[in-house]
Amino acid sequence: MSMLRRHAPLLVLAVVLLLLPLVLPNNYYYDIAIRMAINAIIVLGLNLLIGFAGQISLGHAGFIGIGAYASAILPTHFGWHPIVAMVAGAAIASAIAAIVARPIFRLKGHYLAMATLGLGIIIAIVIKNEAAYTGGPDGMPVPALGLMGFEISGEKQWYWVLAVTLLFSFWASKNLIDSPFGRALRALHGSEVAAQVMGVDIVRYKVAIFVLSAFFASLMGSITAHYIGFVTPNIADFFHSIELVTMVVIGGMASIYGSLIGAVLLTALPQALSTFEGWETVVFGTILMFCMIFMPKGLVPTLAARFGHKERGDS
Amino acid sequence: MSQFLQFLFSGITVGATYALAALGFTLIYNASNVINFAQGEFIMLGGMLAFFFMQSGVPLPLAILLAIAIPAVVGMLLEKLAIEPARDADVVTLIIITIGASLVIRGLIQIWLGKGAHTYPAFSGSEPFLIGGATLLPQSLWVLGITALVVVALWYFFSRTLAGKAILATSCNPLAAQLVGINTQWVLLISFALSAALGAIGGVLLTPITLTSYDVGIMLGLKGFVAAVVGGLGSGLGAVVGGLLVGIIEAMAAGYISSAYKDAIPFVLILFILFFMPRGIFGAKITERV
Repeated sequence: MSMLRRHAPLLVLAVVLLLLPLVLPNNYYYDIAIRMAINAIIVLGLNLLIGFAGQISLGHAGFIGIGAYASAILPTHFGWHPIVAMVAGAAIASAIAAIVARPIFRLKGHYLAMATLGLGIIIAIVIKNEAAYTGGPDGMPVPALGLMGFEISGEKQWYWVLAVTLLFSFWASKNLIDSPFGRALRALHGSEVAAQVMGVDIVRYKVAIFVLSAFFASLMGSITAHYIGFVTPNIADFFHSIELVTMVVIGGMASIYGSLIGAVLLTALPQALSTFEGWETVVFGTILMFCMIFMPKGLVPTLAARFGHKERGDS
Repeated sequence: MSQFLQFLFSGITVGATYALAALGFTLIYNASNVINFAQGEFIMLGGMLAFFFMQSGVPLPLAILLAIAIPAVVGMLLEKLAIEPARDADVVTLIIITIGASLVIRGLIQIWLGKGAHTYPAFSGSEPFLIGGATLLPQSLWVLGITALVVVALWYFFSRTLAGKAILATSCNPLAAQLVGINTQWVLLISFALSAALGAIGGVLLTPITLTSYDVGIMLGLKGFVAAVVGGLGSGLGAVVGGLLVGIIEAMAAGYISSAYKDAIPFVLILFILFFMPRGIFGAKITERV
């Protein structure tokens, strides 16, 4: 029974992902579902950093850009296998994250926001300027992702690839949070000093979670690039970073379900707003402000508190 | 040498605008601990509104006045409608509220005045002065002169008037300030109005030199934030020095190293400063209480 209880959310998600294709009428909706899944996976990782460890990153799109462009440049210009390119991209993103993380994580609050923001913007500008490799502001095509003679193509195949990846990420995040590592993260969010006194090496944990979320962001950047078949510098820009942070905060910080809800809602929102012709930005901004003013803790924690459930792992 | 002077002039001119934006960040940060990511939009508003009023035939002084007063009102509305109701929220939540506000402002201006780039004639002609082989636009003198005037006025306001001291007291300790009878809500409102006006002044002054459009606010605002952090968040002197420094370094690097990477330079600078001087140049050394 307790086994079932423990894995119930995972089962529910699996069933939803299995049944979803039955109600998706055409490729347009498949496309939206795929984008939701991609964002959900990135946001799960980012929420570990922002929600659980309490560290702000305003430059995460930079890591996504690194992955996307590694998958575009390395196979096109150097003939690397896409999978090798994807891993290389993730390794580069992790290495950059690890190098800058130590000095960055001595900083707090707004200084940390500034440092990550600066890092993201620098990556975006490099991508825009190195036109010989990246195609500059116009972007460049990305070769298909193939493995052992099999090539992933079409919305339906991509849907299943991402459904499985999402399930795995969800399961991994849940496990991570319930592990000693997750408890350490939550401890340092609660009180860094108390965590330190209890023997948590706070800088090491912060660096580890930052590198981990950069790694996943880069992988998902690669996946996005292969799925769309084309990359532009927009994938790495400041707005994309903000969009991701918004998904974390609207869904609910330190809430795994919140990550899913936030990603789903904010991916759907621009599609829904396209009927507003020209007013999208205004309406989007207004919705952001209203959500944050009236539900500063985000949707899932606010609703959970109202209906008396306290999410496991919520601190 | 003339080349160096030329870069210096353009650096100081843009740097003055960064300094005004940085002062805006500093004011709001001190009064409320909020980093106002909509600060850049006030710079944009200043330029765009000045363009609109001049185009509609409003005389120059009145157009400028309106282009500064309206953003100040927008700043107050932002505080009253969005920041005050969320007073106790997290840092990230407040950052997202101000980002939402900046999207709304930018979106409205885009609908109203379109996506094109605009400019208007410089205040007193565009016949450049020749100094040591470099040219200096009269508009640059306006930028520098007015910025200097604003800085002196702010210094006077904060060190010699009761209202200014009330704001300082609130930033030191809001509860204690309230206990001695300072209306801290009023202080917040004034801080937002002042900082919006500062941004708008920068926008109004700079537009004849650099053009403006609905989306210039983001970069200008972010660089203003860099300037504020370079100087040490919360320090007025730091904001001015930081702004000029960021402007000059940016212009020098763009001129001598690579103009394509001009926009990246302030951010490289900020990373170095944060790595080696985590509290900026003029940031106070503080010991955190547990």
